[in-house]
Amino acid sequence: MSEPVKFKYDVQGGNFASAGQASVQVKKNLRQIGLSPEIIRRISIAMYEGEINMVIHAGGGIAEVQVFEDKVIIVLDDRGPGIPNIELAMKEGFSTAPDNIRSLGFGAGMGLPNMKRYTDDMKIETELGKGTRITMQVNFE
Amino acid sequence: MTVKELSEIKGFSVVALPDPDREIGGAYCCDLLSWVMGRAKADDAWITIMTNSNIIAVASLADTASVILCEGVELDSEVKALAEAKGVNVLGTEMPIYETAAAISNLI
Repeated sequence: MSEPVKFKYDVQGGNFASAGQASVQVKKNLRQIGLSPEIIRRISIAMYEGEINMVIHAGGGIAEVQVFEDKVIIVLDDRGPGIPNIELAMKEGFSTAPDNIRSLGFGAGMGLPNMKRYTDDMKIETELGKGTRITMQVNFE
Repeated sequence: MTVKELSEIKGFSVVALPDPDREIGGAYCCDLLSWVMGRAKADDAWITIMTNSNIIAVASLADTASVILCEGVELDSEVKALAEAKGVNVLGTEMPIYETAAAISNLI
């Protein structure tokens, strides 16, 4: 099997003007690779939600996307505060985003649920005060 | 119906039209970005009153056919330029969201 194609991005924390840049770039790269529009859409949305979470909650982080022959794996790594209660965070509508973020249209409590909805597998590893790593997989078949 | 055809209907105007031949498959109304990401379908016309730059990323990633800005809200020139650069169609209308959705429903 050939080596996966890898993309890596630094996501800046607190910068809402540029939030989404990594996801938009990933979308462009996946198009060039020739993946189907629906697969690209799922990957882009899941990644955007993760990217926004890192911008809002974690002061930024690193996003890494690996494209294999049969799947894409996205790893989002941050050194933010960690998630105290994953079950609660996964609930649609639950949000800890501050008001100024909500006024931009974010903070609907749909980020993590959307990431799960659009991926075939999602794993959250989090440690309070240390950070969070989210690994998502989208299969082509 | 294409986005260009919709833009030529009375009551709608062009804000940015980098992809005029894009077909509109349906419509989705919401101002919460993650809600749009989760529920809007590809090729929908996304009807909203949000105007910050993040709508362009959301429309691009959710692959909607066009953003439709209601109630006469306007985009900053920077956001407009971003829409052009990212290939995101944006139309405007003075109509409220409900009337806009009803009009589009009759047209497509």
